[in-house]
Amino acid sequence: MGQSWKPLSRTEMAARVARDIPEGWYVNLGIGMPTLVSDHIPAGKDVIIHSENGIVGMGPQPKPDAVNPWLVNAGKQYVTLVTGGAIVHHADSFGMIRGGHIDLCVLGAFQVAENGDLANWATLDDAMPPAVGGAMDLCAGAQRLWIMTDQTTKSGEPKLVERCTYPLTGLACVSRVYTNVAVFDVSVSGFELVEAVPGLGIDELQDMTGATIRGKG
Amino acid sequence: MIDKFVSSVTEAVADVRDGSTVMIGGFGVGQPVHLIDALIEQGATGLTIVANNAGIGRAGLARLLELRRVRKVVCSFPRTADPVVFDELYKKGEIELELVPQGTLAERIRAGGAGVAGFYTATAYGTKLAEGKETCEFEGRHYVFERALHADVALIEAWQGDRWGNLTYKEAGRNFNPVMATAAKLTIAQVQHKVDLGSLEPNAIATPSIFVNRVVHIPYGDPK
Repeated sequence: MGQSWKPLSRTEMAARVARDIPEGWYVNLGIGMPTLVSDHIPAGKDVIIHSENGIVGMGPQPKPDAVNPWLVNAGKQYVTLVTGGAIVHHADSFGMIRGGHIDLCVLGAFQVAENGDLANWATLDDAMPPAVGGAMDLCAGAQRLWIMTDQTTKSGEPKLVERCTYPLTGLACVSRVYTNVAVFDVSVSGFELVEAVPGLGIDELQDMTGATIRGKG
Repeated sequence: MIDKFVSSVTEAVADVRDGSTVMIGGFGVGQPVHLIDALIEQGATGLTIVANNAGIGRAGLARLLELRRVRKVVCSFPRTADPVVFDELYKKGEIELELVPQGTLAERIRAGGAGVAGFYTATAYGTKLAEGKETCEFEGRHYVFERALHADVALIEAWQGDRWGNLTYKEAGRNFNPVMATAAKLTIAQVQHKVDLGSLEPNAIATPSIFVNRVVHIPYGDPK
């Protein structure tokens, strides 16, 4: 017996997030899956991508024969500047974040709690040295924080939970979660279902979720 | 006549003392790699390093760590694909780590350069990285008090430099370099291009000479 629904691919998730970003927003995309979102913003729709290392107006990855070795993003990958792009230093770049000038940040997650808490920087393994980068600054400073993540871990543990058990990156900062099977708003009453992939019922979705899902209302 | 150019990286770092706090610019690109190598040769030890990362592979900053010349690292991301040296020292308890959110790190450096003793930021409130720190509530929002960072020495890389020490940067090579230049007693810049005084467009000078003590011309080309 097979399930009647199909999870979204990484590309489909990125396209789904991109659809909700209006023209004119300044957007910071986290390292990893969120980076894919920029590939799905249609040409001619001016959405300005910010990178923590000081790029305002980041373009896509260059073709191999057109790499500017001085132009990297926060993940230290080669990128391009769009027409109109600007470069600032690190303190100004994070001033844009902390000062609330970034309309949206999209990050990955280990866990998101129904109160909007996010855990995405450290596990409970103390042997590895901790590393945080700019994640806490983005949680505290961006106007909105959307999360892109799978509904469950590879072993089937829910990533949407009542309270995070991993160390927190930010408190009550997540406003929306895009998973590979559904979209949720995070409101004062917890996870509110916006949509699910076709064929996935709320009972089955609830089984994959570690907190109560509520309908929109 | 002011001429801050020195003839070699060796001369540039000759008087760095044991126990110094050294800021090192760079973020993927824009790292003062030749100045770091000179500091390795120079021999100063018991250093505190302020940088975004804690070294990659076994060269540069990682080599300085491997030679046990660094007591403490203040950084945001001591993990890379190849952070072997820092990992080893950290697991053996042979190096101290002060982990700082990246924006807080940049702002603490800016505060150091601007004569601000500290500041309140919402970043990290309620997390492990705010434990033990003073907090305050302003207009219903919680903030953490963070202290300014100062250094004895800042090693930075710039694109162009003139004999007064006015500097420009190249694309993402800017990163932490301009703020670090403001926060150290002794700021040493390695530059790709030595230009005549007066040739830089005044509005394009990202680091004015007031923040720079020594300049060394190292035209190594593009980062690898």
